[in-house]
Amino acid sequence: MNQYKLTHLELLETEAIHVMREVAAEFERPALLFSGGKDSIVMLRLAEKAFRPARIPFPLLNVDTGHNFPELNDFRDRRAKELGAKLIIRTVEDALAKGIATQVPGELSRNRLQIPTLLAAIEEFQFDAAIGGARRDEEKARAKERFFSFRDEFGQWEPKKQRPELWNIYNGRLLPGQNMRVFPLSNWTETDVWEYISQENLELPHIYFAHEREVVRRKGQWLPVNDLQPPKEGEEVKTLKVRVRTIGDIMTTGCIESDATEITDILAEVASARVTERGGRADDKVSESSMEDRKREGYF
Amino acid sequence: MRFTTAGSVDDGKSTLIGRLLHDSKSIFEDQWESLERSADLAGGTEVNLANLTDGLRSEREQGITIDVAYRYFATPRRKFIIADTPGHVQYTRNMVTGASTANMALVLIDARNGVVEQSKRHAYISSLLGIPHMTVCINKMDLVDYSEDRFREIREAFYAFIPRLDIRDISFIPISALKGDNVVTESEKMPWYHGPTLLSHLEDVYIASDWNLKDFRMPVQYVIRPHTDEHHDYRGFAGQITGGTIRVGDEIGVLPAGARSKVKSILTHQGPADEAFCPQSISLELEHNIDVSRGDTLTSFDNLPYTTRDHDAHLCWMHEKPLQLGRKYLIKHGSRTTKVVFRELVNKINVHTLEEVHEPADMGLNDIGRVRFNTMSHLVYDAYKKNRYVGGFVIIDEATNDTLAAGMLRSPDKAQPVPDFTDYVI
Ligand SMILES: Nc1nc2c(ncn2[C@@H]2O[C@H](COP(=O)(O)OP(=O)(O)O)[C@@H](O)[C@H]2O)c(=O)[nH]1
Repeated sequence: MNQYKLTHLELLETEAIHVMREVAAEFERPALLFSGGKDSIVMLRLAEKAFRPARIPFPLLNVDTGHNFPELNDFRDRRAKELGAKLIIRTVEDALAKGIATQVPGELSRNRLQIPTLLAAIEEFQFDAAIGGARRDEEKARAKERFFSFRDEFGQWEPKKQRPELWNIYNGRLLPGQNMRVFPLSNWTETDVWEYISQENLELPHIYFAHEREVVRRKGQWLPVNDLQPPKEGEEVKTLKVRVRTIGDIMTTGCIESDATEITDILAEVASARVTERGGRADDKVSESSMEDRKREGYF
Repeated sequence: MRFTTAGSVDDGKSTLIGRLLHDSKSIFEDQWESLERSADLAGGTEVNLANLTDGLRSEREQGITIDVAYRYFATPRRKFIIADTPGHVQYTRNMVTGASTANMALVLIDARNGVVEQSKRHAYISSLLGIPHMTVCINKMDLVDYSEDRFREIREAFYAFIPRLDIRDISFIPISALKGDNVVTESEKMPWYHGPTLLSHLEDVYIASDWNLKDFRMPVQYVIRPHTDEHHDYRGFAGQITGGTIRVGDEIGVLPAGARSKVKSILTHQGPADEAFCPQSISLELEHNIDVSRGDTLTSFDNLPYTTRDHDAHLCWMHEKPLQLGRKYLIKHGSRTTKVVFRELVNKINVHTLEEVHEPADMGLNDIGRVRFNTMSHLVYDAYKKNRYVGGFVIIDEATNDTLAAGMLRSPDKAQPVPDFTDYVI
């Protein structure tokens, strides 16, 4: 009569909830990184489930690059309000003004500049753990990432110093100044995330769905046109029906042509996709090790 | 479905994974382009499927897999998580890590070399870590003329060695990872083989019974207290069920304290429920207002777990600094962290011959052996053989917080007194 069996998605869910609760139990001042992007929306749902009927016992933190999609920021602010959660925002703009971050001439994306901004925020609020939505299937340097990813006093990731993780036991112990990045979605794939969004009926910012947008073709990608990114000479601005698969810096996030207006359309699209989700992000293309290098410096 | 792969260097492990990903259409165009780009740079002509898995720079430089790498692929019938671990003896700890959560071990053997030391070590570790299913892939069949005799010979050699192990379910599949025989599609070159291809075997293995559904166990991870008007008196004991099932109204014990109560309500992923089971992460309310906190274990009464401070376990040491008898370490078991002192090294496994060496002088990086130790407070557990999620633990350095070792508890030597349960009647 009884089928004591969990689906793949339920197994991922129970694992992620276990990890969230472990963070709440073992750390003094954790924060949940919330951008309003699809992975962090899934994380928020898991955190709700992990602690209900109580509120999520940690604040939400977002590093605003100033290059965020405005739609995403609106969504982020509204969701935090609805949940009654505390939302902390630290901006790259501010970090640049204070000299915490310095721009390299010619640098378009603010991806790298997020690193010192995040580290400064962690220091300012004395966070000992930051929960992020990164997944191992995103990129090969991530494939070796732990659930509890240890960072030294300088926020650096040392792949050879990662702690072994066995069964469902995580070592969250830290010395003063060190901190932990925690990735409850480690074992999720892009498809799992979409299936979960569909199953839980989660609301998403509309840029994930097909919409009309002005774009230009650059380095084999459709990039959004806006004040920060006006078309260059000789570039033709086109209005296409597009959507984004993953959201990063507005300067480097490629849009894909799509007619997907419902989650079911997106699921079908993901299932037949021919390029990886990060294939639309120029920041990863710089070199074979660019993600590994950024992570070593403190990227999440 | 989670499986580990291990094999000696050059047995074709990376090629096999690449083949599974490629033939199941889990490789994307941009990944393929990046493989082609690396092939160009290296001056090679053929795309190296192995580069798909070796993610860290030092690995690409040395051409080996160092750490456990996790890979994901799916077929219409099942989703898979691969823990890809290096096979060399100096990476035993990575193999142990990958094995801890796997449903299946995939042992790779080069058909030309047959069963070698590393195949045995991998099988031994899989058995020690309690992986329920094992599949032995005899690879590079194309280099031995797809010979049935060779396949049988290797299978016999493997069988001769496994009586010493504890393996529930084992299969042998002759493959060529390079040419694709019996990986995803059936081989025309080996009509004498009537079993499934590797992929259909992976899809069919029955894994639901891999969880222990007999005796209820739940380490209390966190206490949920909403402090809101609506849920004023809610006190939920949150945790992941590591064994058995539980229903509203069931009697439960709290160990090591020895208190007793009944389940008043259950909250699962889906919301309020009458019943929950392993490995769900749930939150329970109890009928009585008793003292329960993180580190305690909730249990059923049918088969009580051991509750003791004297322990006997297998240990895999994972750190450069060797074990020191008499020194204080921390142990994390379930949701409890307490102090531990090792008293005795009972034996050590010679990782080359798999023979036991009695009363070894030391225990260092990548050593596996049996130890006796005491903990400052009680651990509540079942033997690892009975339930891996109730019998596993890690050892942590008190000063640096490094994880030093992982262990698998055995039944204690001495008969255990039944804990004294106090009845709480309100
Ligand atoms: N002929 C043949 N060669 C193979 C087969 N599988 C792998 N190889 C080759 O064996 C070598 C080592 O393979 P690789 O996958 O890198 O081994 P790993 O070290 O176990 O990951 C490579 O040159 C492969 O092309 C096979 O089934 N047949």
